[in-house]
Amino acid sequence: MTTTSSTADLGAFGSSAPPATHRYERALAVPAAAVVPTAPIPAAPPPRTRNGTWNRRFVQRARSAPLSLWLAWGVVALVALWALAPGLFTSHSATVGVAGQQLQAPSAAHWLGTDALGRDGYARLVFGAVHSLSGAFLAVAVGLVLGTLLGLLAGSTGGWVEDVIMRIVDVLLSVPSLLLSLSIIIILGFGTLNAAVAVGVASVAGFARLTRSEVVRVRRSDYVEAAFGSGGRFGAVLWRHVLPNSLTSVIAMAALQFGSAILSISTLGFLGYGAPPPTPEWGLLIAEGRNYLSTAWWLTTVPGLVVVAVVLAANRISAALTRGRA
Amino acid sequence: MTTAFLPVLEVENLAIAYRDKDHEQRVVHGVSFSIAPGEVVALVGESGSGKTTTAQSIIGLLADNGRVEYGAIRLNGTDIAGWSADRFDTVRGRVVSLIPQDPTSSLNPVRTVGEQVGEILKIHRYGDRKAIGQRVVELLAKVGLSQPELRARQYAHELSGGMKQRVLIAIAIALQPALIIADEPTSALDVTVQRRILDLIDELRSEFGTAVLLVTHDLGVAADRADRLVVLQGGRIQEQGDTAAVLRNPQSPYTRKLLADAPSLSAAAFRPARVAANEAAERPEDFAIVVEGLVHDFPVAGLGGDRQPFRAVDGVSFRVRRGTTHAIVGESGSGKTTTIRDVVGFRQPTAGRIVIEGTDLTTLRGEALRQFRRTVQLVYQNPFSSLDPRQTIFQIIEEPLRNFEPFDAAERERRVHDILARVGLPTTVLERRPHALSGGQRQRVAIARALVLQPRVLVLDEAVSALDVTVQAQILALLDSLQRDLGLTYLFISHDLAVVRQIADTVSVLQGGRQVDAGRVEDVFLRPGSDYTRELIDAIPGKKNHHHDALDTLSRETPGLLQQAA
Repeated sequence: MTTTSSTADLGAFGSSAPPATHRYERALAVPAAAVVPTAPIPAAPPPRTRNGTWNRRFVQRARSAPLSLWLAWGVVALVALWALAPGLFTSHSATVGVAGQQLQAPSAAHWLGTDALGRDGYARLVFGAVHSLSGAFLAVAVGLVLGTLLGLLAGSTGGWVEDVIMRIVDVLLSVPSLLLSLSIIIILGFGTLNAAVAVGVASVAGFARLTRSEVVRVRRSDYVEAAFGSGGRFGAVLWRHVLPNSLTSVIAMAALQFGSAILSISTLGFLGYGAPPPTPEWGLLIAEGRNYLSTAWWLTTVPGLVVVAVVLAANRISAALTRGRA
Repeated sequence: MTTAFLPVLEVENLAIAYRDKDHEQRVVHGVSFSIAPGEVVALVGESGSGKTTTAQSIIGLLADNGRVEYGAIRLNGTDIAGWSADRFDTVRGRVVSLIPQDPTSSLNPVRTVGEQVGEILKIHRYGDRKAIGQRVVELLAKVGLSQPELRARQYAHELSGGMKQRVLIAIAIALQPALIIADEPTSALDVTVQRRILDLIDELRSEFGTAVLLVTHDLGVAADRADRLVVLQGGRIQEQGDTAAVLRNPQSPYTRKLLADAPSLSAAAFRPARVAANEAAERPEDFAIVVEGLVHDFPVAGLGGDRQPFRAVDGVSFRVRRGTTHAIVGESGSGKTTTIRDVVGFRQPTAGRIVIEGTDLTTLRGEALRQFRRTVQLVYQNPFSSLDPRQTIFQIIEEPLRNFEPFDAAERERRVHDILARVGLPTTVLERRPHALSGGQRQRVAIARALVLQPRVLVLDEAVSALDVTVQAQILALLDSLQRDLGLTYLFISHDLAVVRQIADTVSVLQGGRQVDAGRVEDVFLRPGSDYTRELIDAIPGKKNHHHDALDTLSRETPGLLQQAA
């Protein structure tokens, strides 16, 4: 029985739509109720009413969001603030240690203790956010842009172009992504930027495959054919119809990828392929603390927990985005 | 069928509401009716009338957010309105069963047909495996499936739509319930298959004395098959009574409107000739569309070197006079869709010539083909999939203009407003997105998009079959006035002969890719040239009530006239 799922779909259309049992009926039943001009509109509303509608929608959504989603956004917001204005959160330096204060346990002065060089653990965590986050952003951007382009090209042209692109993607997917990132770093050289690019390139294949499948689905739809039928040129139809309608799940995947990019960048940092030592990058923090695990477990554990929290938050937000797609 | 019996089903003052976030919306308001044993009662109404909701409540399948507010549903005298799902399990299948609407999505694709028919027997402890296996084959034979032993081992994808619906009927009658609810049992099927399925339900009913609640939007089907009609609108009963009485003398204005709009029942005769058909003076430039010897092959995937391509269209020819409507009629798989996709230039035919407004379409490629698209536009069957959900109505209608000539923004806006007024939509819809419009409004938008380039030929692919009858009547009227005002030529694809009779001047009947009949609509309808056409015409529902069947009257009276003339 399809009734339950159809009711969920209908929920978005407004108050008076009765649930329907089958496609035909549902198709016809919805709009009668939805002609009311106040019906909530997914995606950007018309410019004239932008502010009012946006605010109302935001409040409605926020009110109905579950606690876990709130927490996830909270974590992301906090980490983003760390990255944007670390000075607001701590007065300690992240790179200069204080002599005589090595390896202290957490206290009022040093919330997360100090490391072997007397640097404040909390300060290093806060100042490290910008490296991990910008790295992750860059990685996702590389993967998203390159992957979407490749997927769009493959899905929309078909034929041998598609075959060539997708077989390359298959090859990329068959190599473990960490190994792939490491190979790229060896070619490009060490550094935060290069680590980010390496992680990004390793995720291109996943994005390309998802985008292609979405593009193939959208391309078959009547409205795309209708756009060609009304004289649309290939590029214009791609830009106006295929791309916007394929992107929803790709964006959700980008959010998911953001979490795993942080993880990968931290992994590379841990292995010593990322940022060079004084940089307070999270992966490096974990690696440096590892030698003191028996005496100062917090040096490794807390940055590890922060990474876990950010990754989980990104996953939670991604899940919400996926569910939100119409 | 006297009322001395206890009614199988008695619905009394039933109200049902759906919960939506924090408030409840009532969709069925105090509906009462009853069904006697062996009786067929049709619940007729448009989408949103509450007919499906009412039917669902009787078998306990209301959506999770639905609730019976008050009223009673008495099944063989027991009130089941407040029952839990577990208690419903004891009567579902045994006392009351359901034939779902869409046979293509109602069977489990990973289990054999036999297992699915056997499931209901197993649930209600019919017997051991052997007994169930035997009974399954019996049931499949009973619903008229050939080779029932083989069918029982097949999967849903190996059966046609009609066969799947027969399997679903076998499931519904497995335990010989007292009442069968048939929710639009044939809406997804071709008209000849539809007739056979409805005949089957009729036979089984007379054999077992089962009562049937037929839920349908098709007044023609209801008129043919039901003993009594219950007409619903907006969750309220507008009228109920004996079918013949309701049709002959409808009391409520809504019923009268439904009757007038139903193409199969309406008294409207054939459409008067559009152009004074002077057969002698036939000049080639009179024809907007000329199709000659159209052949379209599809390559068949498979192993082996000598595989035969599948011939979807085989030698179809027709000509359409400018300013008239030509209909292409056929069932699924007849090649009508392939034909029109060739005509609008989406595909190149294997052989044959297509000349539209003097241009041979088959020679066009690339930019020339793109420019040619201004001449022919296509309106799709489903207005829910043919409009980009992310665009506003303004963007949708404006888009074709942006594809051609550098109109400036003001000019584009003027043209969009013009065409919007022409298709009868208010300017307030321009800022909305498709999902905020009704089916009829959406189809108007699709027509506006097609017309904004001022094409000469409009191809309509089942353009009204997804719409309710009254909306359908409005769209047909709109198409008619547009044709008169703009001198458009229509190529109208349909499986619904009743609609064709109303709108078309000439018609081609396709079967298996071949044209089996062609000519003026009156000629084809009154003197069909092939058995297939005759079968199609006979399958039009709404025949039983002679008072309302224009075709029937005509076919009884007119042939004499025509013979005299000949």
